Amino acid sequence: MDLISGEKLAKMTSMEKIRLILDKVKTGKIVVLESGLTPDEEVRLIEMTMTEIRVDEFSGIEIESYPSKKEGSFLDKIFGRSLKGRMTVIGPANQLRTIEKDQYQISTKVSVGD
Amino acid sequence: MGFFSGFRGSLGAWINRIFGKKRAKIGLYGPPNSGKTTLANRIVKDWSGGVVGTVSPIPHETRRAVRKEGVQINANGSSIELDIVDTPGMATKIDFKEFMAFGLDEAEAKKRAKEATEGVIEAIKWLDDLDGVLLIMDSTEDPYTQVNVTVIGNMEARKLPLLIVANKMDLPEASPARIKAAFPQHSMVPVSALEGTNIDELYQAIANHFG
Repeated sequence: MDLISGEKLAKMTSMEKIRLILDKVKTGKIVVLESGLTPDEEVRLIEMTMTEIRVDEFSGIEIESYPSKKEGSFLDKIFGRSLKGRMTVIGPANQLRTIEKDQYQISTKVSVGD
Repeated sequence: MGFFSGFRGSLGAWINRIFGKKRAKIGLYGPPNSGKTTLANRIVKDWSGGVVGTVSPIPHETRRAVRKEGVQINANGSSIELDIVDTPGMATKIDFKEFMAFGLDEAEAKKRAKEATEGVIEAIKWLDDLDGVLLIMDSTEDPYTQVNVTVIGNMEARKLPLLIVANKMDLPEASPARIKAAFPQHSMVPVSALEGTNIDELYQAIANHFG
């Protein structure tokens, strides 16, 4: 499992984040992003995942995050950055399964050696 | 050519504004099997006749987006003309074995899986070309799916109108209240697209929301 800090994510472009996530997940790693992805990055990650699905090799990802936070600082609002990504867990679809999720907690089950 | 088509589009928009005619391109989004095509068929049948697509208990029955133009809805004394885009179910994973459990043979299942991945990409591409979204949720299921979270996040980021449709309220385990509690910041209408229950309330909400 790799926990990636918000500082590292802040220095990466969207494409770099998506490539990093997919490369790790395709090798069987679970990735936890401290500051998550923006809604646009989430949708681009799903899009890229679809292009990389291969029969018997990679069936996609399990991704879990909380709804984006609307409240930002005054400066965030001025610069249109009021939607904040939140902690996100991403893993291979055949190894990570969400048991329960609500507004405050995500419970997942990780299978090892599938 | 580009200039004239652009001019014609602007003129059309101007005439629409002057005469109060409202038109919007609305996408029907949601996870597979939430009832998007059933609802699209219901709306089109009620207001213009015909069907948008076939429905099936096998997930990813809709694998190409289908647009139905010029569906005029009249409700609450106002009128809105919709282009309805029925999109393939959004998913983060597609495994052909899931389709084999519904009785498809391996070749059919693999073909369906391939087409389903293309369908998800198509649904995502359509997000760039819409005026609003009806997000269809299965009210018997947990609303906190990543597809729901992602679609809502994208609509909020794009500042486009979104109306949540809590479908399948005819089923005993349906809980539209759970959906409302999960996404309280958005309007929600509970319906049964299959039986037509509460469908007039949905039309009123569409006219209010997108008109």
